[in-house]
Amino acid sequence: MAENIIIYGLVSSGVYALLAVGFSLIFGVARIVNLSHTAFYMLAAYLIYSLTITLGLNLFLSIAIAIVAVIVVGTISYRLVIARVRQHEATTLIVTIALAIIIQEAILKGFGGNPRSVPKLISGSTEIFGVSVLNQQLLTLGVVLLLILVTWLFLMKTKSGVAIRSTAQDREAANLMGINVPRIEMLTMAMSVGLAAIAGALVAPLFVLTPGMWIHPLVMVLAIVVLGGLGSLQGSLIGAVILGFAETLVVFLAPSGAFLKTSVALTIMLIVILIRPEGLFGVKFEEERG
Amino acid sequence: MTAPVAYVTKLFKLLRAEVFVLPSRTVALLICLLLLIFPVISQEPYILRVLIIASIFAIFAASWDLLSGFTGQINFGHALFFGVAAYTAAILNLNLGLAPWATIPLGAVAAVLAGLVVGVPCLRLRGTYLAFATLAFPLILVGVVYAIPSVTHGELGIYGIAPLSGSRITSYYIAIPSMLALGFIMWKISDSKTGLIFHAIREDEITAKASGINTTRYKLLAFCLSGLFAGIAGGLYAHFVKAAGPSTLDLLLSFQAIIWAVFGGIATIYGPIAGALILYPLTDYVLIKYFAVPSEARLLITAIIVLLVLLFMPRGLTTWLRDKTEKVCPRCKLQNVAWRKKCRVCTAELD
Repeated sequence: MAENIIIYGLVSSGVYALLAVGFSLIFGVARIVNLSHTAFYMLAAYLIYSLTITLGLNLFLSIAIAIVAVIVVGTISYRLVIARVRQHEATTLIVTIALAIIIQEAILKGFGGNPRSVPKLISGSTEIFGVSVLNQQLLTLGVVLLLILVTWLFLMKTKSGVAIRSTAQDREAANLMGINVPRIEMLTMAMSVGLAAIAGALVAPLFVLTPGMWIHPLVMVLAIVVLGGLGSLQGSLIGAVILGFAETLVVFLAPSGAFLKTSVALTIMLIVILIRPEGLFGVKFEEERG
Repeated sequence: MTAPVAYVTKLFKLLRAEVFVLPSRTVALLICLLLLIFPVISQEPYILRVLIIASIFAIFAASWDLLSGFTGQINFGHALFFGVAAYTAAILNLNLGLAPWATIPLGAVAAVLAGLVVGVPCLRLRGTYLAFATLAFPLILVGVVYAIPSVTHGELGIYGIAPLSGSRITSYYIAIPSMLALGFIMWKISDSKTGLIFHAIREDEITAKASGINTTRYKLLAFCLSGLFAGIAGGLYAHFVKAAGPSTLDLLLSFQAIIWAVFGGIATIYGPIAGALILYPLTDYVLIKYFAVPSEARLLITAIIVLLVLLFMPRGLTTWLRDKTEKVCPRCKLQNVAWRKKCRVCTAELD
């Protein structure tokens, strides 16, 4: 029991962490609340499904194609749609919801509403401390850790990473220092969508795919980024671990009350932000200059 | 004999001075009249049903606008008020046998209390934090609904409650006038001193505080008022569809309110009403009937329409139309037709 809680908790925390980090990045840099974030994650999972099952391509190849395709779709929709309305905060919300609904309905049209599943990347399971763990779950955890490390190194050590962080801190000052802010925003959007697509590729073999699968992660991601503090990467990570484990604990300890998992996770989020209104690691954003 | 004539003359003068001076108001009046006499044109039950539900959602979207558009407290969980009122009305009707005229106001009172429950803890939060925190409330309540199936009937929801009225036409003449009246009240509120304070809170809360306004009290008032109107909509909806289920608390319903409001134009009250009255019949009737869109594709097409309209009119449809046809007098801040040279009241030069 306890081992299962740890394994499943880590896997769902990891997936949430990837999604939340991506969401947090684009919010921090461009102040865009991208409600279609998890729709891109779903799109990646379905693309992998159609490439492997329908076209019969190799699984690794189709994952690579899917990730690239989702990044392209994400940046195009950023360029053509989101960037054009971003001065209007409420309009940005609706435009991203509309994008998510378009993706959902397109998938519903293309694949129907029936649940689908994708074969595992690696089969079999490994014994760790007397618990058998699916190799796919280990792979998921490994990839999540690696990606978060890479993202962190990228943001901390490379020139583009510094540019991203400075744009997040102060757009205007970054612009005056010669940073090409629109380009940095495009780059961040590509990274953010890319992380979502990889998360989709990782969960595709573990979960069943339905056209409504983006809604629950979206709620969780919004809760996680608020819990951890908007714009803070370590906050997103810790928030993902807290809420991922909270959900898993509810499911395993009270199987008959599994429907309460969202409620419990959201209640934890509410309690935390009522005590600390800026979240656990909230950074105070500088007010936009008039 | 002279008294009625005097009233009619006064009414006509009022219309000429306040309504016919602006094409937008004339059009609004015509649409109101058209809605009121619509059953003369067609009595097809399905069309009436679509219009009734659209007008209920119009109240709902306008109530979101009062809280989020005017006061700037972006609410992602507006379905909470709708759902609380729908469930309250349904439970009171089913268990205590109260009639709709009693359960709908009581449901609205429950929604006001829900407004306080959300408003008080959320007073410390602002901006995006507030939006994401309010998102949690209806979803937590869905868990509670599933947890006590003896009261709420769990996933299926409560069905078989009393209908709004015996016939479709009567229901129509309950829903449409309610929508027109409540919309007018909300528009008046937004135009009053309270509305001005709401506006001030959205623009700059600290300055509003420094001007001696108790912003806490006004923010709570906004939550309660918005809850009241959304609650009336929820109660009407429950009695009209004769059911109250978890879908009334759904995340997508909260998002729908925002879609209607932003599509029509926020911070206007009439914008969200127009948004709901255009988009809901478009999705559920016009696309299927006149454009032969298969019903699976209607959401897709609606989403694309919303996207395209907002790309070209990022501040919403009615706001765009208003800016094209009217301009504001620089001296007395009244709306004037765009082609006037001088303000219709203070005769200041319009630029």
